[in-house]
Amino acid sequence: MQALTSRAKQVDRKPMTFIEKIYLWNIIKGMWITFKHIWKRKETVRYPEQKRPFSPVFRGLHILNRDAEGRENCTACGLCAVACPAEAITMEAAERKPGEEHLYREEKYAARYEINMLRCIFCGFCEEACPKDAIYLTETFAPANYKREGFIYGKPDLLIPAPGEKKKA
Amino acid sequence: MTIDWFFILEKLVLISGVLAISLVVAMYSTWGERKVAGIIQDRLGPNRAGFMGLLQPLADGGKLFFKEEIIPGNSNRFLFILGPSLAMIVACMTSAVIPWGDTLTIAGHTVSLQVADVNIGILYIFGVVSLGVYGIMLGGWASNNKYSLLASIRAASQIISYELAMGLSLIALLMMTGSLSLKDIVEQQRHDGWNVFYQPLGFLIFLVCSFAECNRTPFDLAEAESELNGGYHLEYSSMKLGFYLFAEYINMFISSALMASLYFGGYSFPGMDSLGLSPNLVTILGTAALFVKIICFLFFFMWVRWTIPRFRYDQLMRLGWNIMIPLALANMLITGAIVLYRSTH
Repeated sequence: MQALTSRAKQVDRKPMTFIEKIYLWNIIKGMWITFKHIWKRKETVRYPEQKRPFSPVFRGLHILNRDAEGRENCTACGLCAVACPAEAITMEAAERKPGEEHLYREEKYAARYEINMLRCIFCGFCEEACPKDAIYLTETFAPANYKREGFIYGKPDLLIPAPGEKKKA
Repeated sequence: MTIDWFFILEKLVLISGVLAISLVVAMYSTWGERKVAGIIQDRLGPNRAGFMGLLQPLADGGKLFFKEEIIPGNSNRFLFILGPSLAMIVACMTSAVIPWGDTLTIAGHTVSLQVADVNIGILYIFGVVSLGVYGIMLGGWASNNKYSLLASIRAASQIISYELAMGLSLIALLMMTGSLSLKDIVEQQRHDGWNVFYQPLGFLIFLVCSFAECNRTPFDLAEAESELNGGYHLEYSSMKLGFYLFAEYINMFISSALMASLYFGGYSFPGMDSLGLSPNLVTILGTAALFVKIICFLFFFMWVRWTIPRFRYDQLMRLGWNIMIPLALANMLITGAIVLYRSTH
């Protein structure tokens, strides 16, 4: 019969030899194997102090981007919500009033923009769909929360801080 | 009749010292076990609580104390509480006859570092160790739970089976030394060399049996989690569970001390009498040597646990009755023949 992998091993059904029957020799061999592991490199990552690097294509939490003058890029076109296979994104559009030109780049903006991080599958389709470079996926992941509501991220959570503004914790 | 107050004080200090040391060693055995497990499996083991996780046993103990105490409704309340208490008391009792060192001379008084040098030391240990099974048996029975009962029956039959081979392997040793006092046995080894070189087979049998007596892997069938939901302490919670686990580690410590004393020279070490140091210093060094031996044995217990899988129950019984006891008998016969030959020539 053709083996499925090159590592397949035939089961040895020969009766045990005397050495095998008294266990002791094989126990010593096993003990030697575990003993050698004392000097092996330890795999543990000491988590809070030491973090495992993400791969370059890692997709984590979203951010909403601003342009160079600190104005929100998002125009609430809804393409990200359409592209989202998990239907995690909702938004409400609003019209920019006179005097708000320093806040929003174009005449329309998102008054409400929510992503449900429990629904999101972090596929990055929203990032690809966005025509305004407004949404990006970062290299962090959503922290734990006590309630489901805590995982619905609104604009305050998603928007990157404007120049000269400290982001709330 | 005058009461020798110094004698009473000396024994009180010694008893509390030995008790404290065995408790601390048992506490840090839990830490050591997890550390050894981690290192053997390429992990780090506990390293959060304090430096290298050294405060971990305190955290665990504190947690156990604050856990909710549950006594099952249909259990026998008295026996349920008696079980872990008995396991703990019996585990602590054995340390009384083990010689922890030679004699110290303090202000003209000679203080022996042994709580009780009884001339039936080994017999006493066997008596007390056989009582240990009652703690497990009572706990399993009083829990009123099928799994606990099964586990405690397993433990009882296992301990009884292996006690036989253990006793037989010791008889060969006693034929050689001609004394039941542990102090005498250690003193003989101080002059004639370690018993393990004269009784290698006896030591091997004793070692395997002490693994079985302590319910340690590969003979931990009394707490086979995969088959019995946890074993005889299934219904126990809080510090009563802690007592059972703790008693196991104290038993391990005492078995290590016993093996070191019986086969590896106890508190004696090579070149002990030719150092030319003051007797008190030599005694302290000897006690340190004993503890080094004990720690080696404790490490060995843990090392075996993280290497060898558990035996099946029929394999365990076959090993005990069909292999260990005949081997121990043969060892006894050979030793007897040699002792007889030596005494006539």
